[in-house]
Amino acid sequence: MSIEAKLGLNARTVRKARRLADRAIAPVVELAKTHTTVSVERAVLRLAGMTGTDPTIGNGEIPWVNRVVDTVRDQVGLEHGVALPVWHELRTGGHADLDDLAEKVGSGSVRFTVPTGKDGDRAARAALTAAKRGLARIDKNRRERDRLIKRIGDPKQRPWIYLIVATGDIYEDMPQAQAAARAGADVVAVIRSTGQSLLDYVPEGATRQGYAGTYATQENFRLMRAALDDVSKEVGRYVRLTNYASGLCMPEIATLAGLERLDMMLNDSMYGILFRDINPIRTFVDQRFSRMVHARAGIIINTGEDNYLTTADAVDEAHTVTVSQLLNEAFAHEAGLADWQLGLGHAFEINPDLPESFRLELAHAMLARELFPDAPLKWMPPTKHMTGDVFRGHLLDGFFNLVGTMTGQGILLVGMMTEAVVTPWLSDRDLALQNVRYVLNAAGGLHEDFQPARGGFIISRAKQVLGEAVDLLDRIVDDGLLDAIADGTFGITKRPADRGKGLDGVVRRAEGYRNPALELLAAHGE
Amino acid sequence: MRPYGDTTGDGMVQLSFTLPIPHDARAEGAALQLAAKMGMEPAMVVHARAMSDGFTFFVLYGSVTHLVDVSKVEVIEREYPLLSAKDVNAAIKKTLRRKLVVLGACIGTDAHTVGIDAILNVKGFAGEKGLEYYREMRVLNLGAQVSVPELVHRARAERCDAVLVSQVVTQRDAHLRNTRELSAAFREAMGTRRPLLVVGGPRFDPSMTEELGVDRIFGRGTTPGEVASYLTFAAAQHREGAA
Repeated sequence: MSIEAKLGLNARTVRKARRLADRAIAPVVELAKTHTTVSVERAVLRLAGMTGTDPTIGNGEIPWVNRVVDTVRDQVGLEHGVALPVWHELRTGGHADLDDLAEKVGSGSVRFTVPTGKDGDRAARAALTAAKRGLARIDKNRRERDRLIKRIGDPKQRPWIYLIVATGDIYEDMPQAQAAARAGADVVAVIRSTGQSLLDYVPEGATRQGYAGTYATQENFRLMRAALDDVSKEVGRYVRLTNYASGLCMPEIATLAGLERLDMMLNDSMYGILFRDINPIRTFVDQRFSRMVHARAGIIINTGEDNYLTTADAVDEAHTVTVSQLLNEAFAHEAGLADWQLGLGHAFEINPDLPESFRLELAHAMLARELFPDAPLKWMPPTKHMTGDVFRGHLLDGFFNLVGTMTGQGILLVGMMTEAVVTPWLSDRDLALQNVRYVLNAAGGLHEDFQPARGGFIISRAKQVLGEAVDLLDRIVDDGLLDAIADGTFGITKRPADRGKGLDGVVRRAEGYRNPALELLAAHGE
Repeated sequence: MRPYGDTTGDGMVQLSFTLPIPHDARAEGAALQLAAKMGMEPAMVVHARAMSDGFTFFVLYGSVTHLVDVSKVEVIEREYPLLSAKDVNAAIKKTLRRKLVVLGACIGTDAHTVGIDAILNVKGFAGEKGLEYYREMRVLNLGAQVSVPELVHRARAERCDAVLVSQVVTQRDAHLRNTRELSAAFREAMGTRRPLLVVGGPRFDPSMTEELGVDRIFGRGTTPGEVASYLTFAAAQHREGAA
């Protein structure tokens, strides 16, 4: 749905904001281009088709991609990338295939070397061929998605209705996701098991036990996509599948999502740093790779600005959401994502006891809409002020839905009145969907009649937030983004670049570093 | 006394629930039967709606036959009041007049940081933000496999008020052994001037504080808000005791 611009934002201010965002990310992009991480290297192996784990006792399974990358690192270092030593060994070591090599690495009988000269060229060519096969599968999935959407159809309305399932057991999740689709979900998200974002590996196989969520694994992705393909035909619209890239394994999860035709991914540029204490450099390197894969796979990213508002005041800190959206956009464009792939996040989190809270929400949502006219914005429901009073919460969700339809949001995460009480019951979901339907049905065209007064509350507020965002971006450009993060500019926490989880997985690239996946993705983007 | 609808003693309550049967007259009868068994009699089905495949959602109003005796209500009190983040910050400011310094780690061979991260990370747990979110706390999360001497060293260097240790692995009572080692090391190095020692994990018995030589043990399902409230309370007491 396209909604005409009503705020009369100053085009020069908007251009300035974007220019500042581009300048703010430039040094970080440079870092991403000169470093690699263990997860980027594992993603190369995953793209080439390496799967499998060693069954071990007691301590979970260690995927072969982890074992191989760790072994390469121990023996020859990662600064040249994993591709050269692995494909050199594969060519010259008498291994049947990649899995055979991985198994031998597990038994400790492989000695890697970094090939040079002609051997280096041959290894790089072989690695490129293997990565091309993986990308071909991602491309095929993208075409298949387009074909299915053409044949089955898109949802009739915007915003798309986004529902969450998560039982911990993928075989329970599948029928629940199908039930959600029948009840009206256009997008189904499978929440991950608590703490998966801090695992430095991606679990394998179909999983039946999780904590408050289900593990993201390649097999779980495949099973759920197949279940949704079935129900898509039944309900007459292509039901999209979402999972979460954020965390220590962004590159790998993005790759698996492309290989299994997921449609959306939570992928925020700073969430891991601020909320999970993941090392900033690790995050930015991983993020860039993962977003390049999303760009290629035709996946829509969802960014996490809603998180800021759960920790900070939604009025005082409204401009930090705008700043984060602009940074997320700049990072996304740099990685090759198109505007239609940017589900930039924002949320309805202003304290409802505040006078004119609804008008403030409306102003903020309109600002996001008009700053990013071609992005399918992700509109997140109230959580912070859901007190357990389910009746009041239901009303709040109604107002949230109203802002969603009045401002042409692209993706609406359905708010539950039992937020902060229980994981949603069947009846909670049903009531929540009735709420959404009532509002979309009753006021779906209200935006046509709605024009905020010139110089009035809403327009002034939107301009004020944009102005504050530009000021903050100015400061970030002056300080440098990494220092701004270190000083606690976003959220309350300070996150220095030399601390945080996953730092030991960051490696500066050496002269002669090769990464077949990055080379192919970059060539494609140009 | 009885619940109050609009007249003293009318006993009126509302109730909503779902039964896994299709909506028809039988389903409504079943809903009334449940209400009667719960002590709601007479009850009215004021709303019933078919949901999904083979489920019905009901809203019932009715009068309960039960009486409550307020004089027989027992309230279990925790030794510390549960505070909001704002109140925690205000209390720390008032009693310490500086930030409360918290050091967190997993000790021994335990690599499971899920527990300590849930309590410390901004992301938090169960809808509550972690301790990093509290403006008046300075939180240092040392992560996994920290040695006890290193923890003592850091605690001293950072002049920390509280040390939080999470223990998941319980093979051969490793969690108990590690905790005793922890408390002994702090006692030896710092005596009574040691920081508050708090351990947590799914297999701990919260009543074993004395035996293990720590100040507080938190079990499964503990939220960051509870820990923050406890620390605020205990740090104030600790300070009084030391002064």
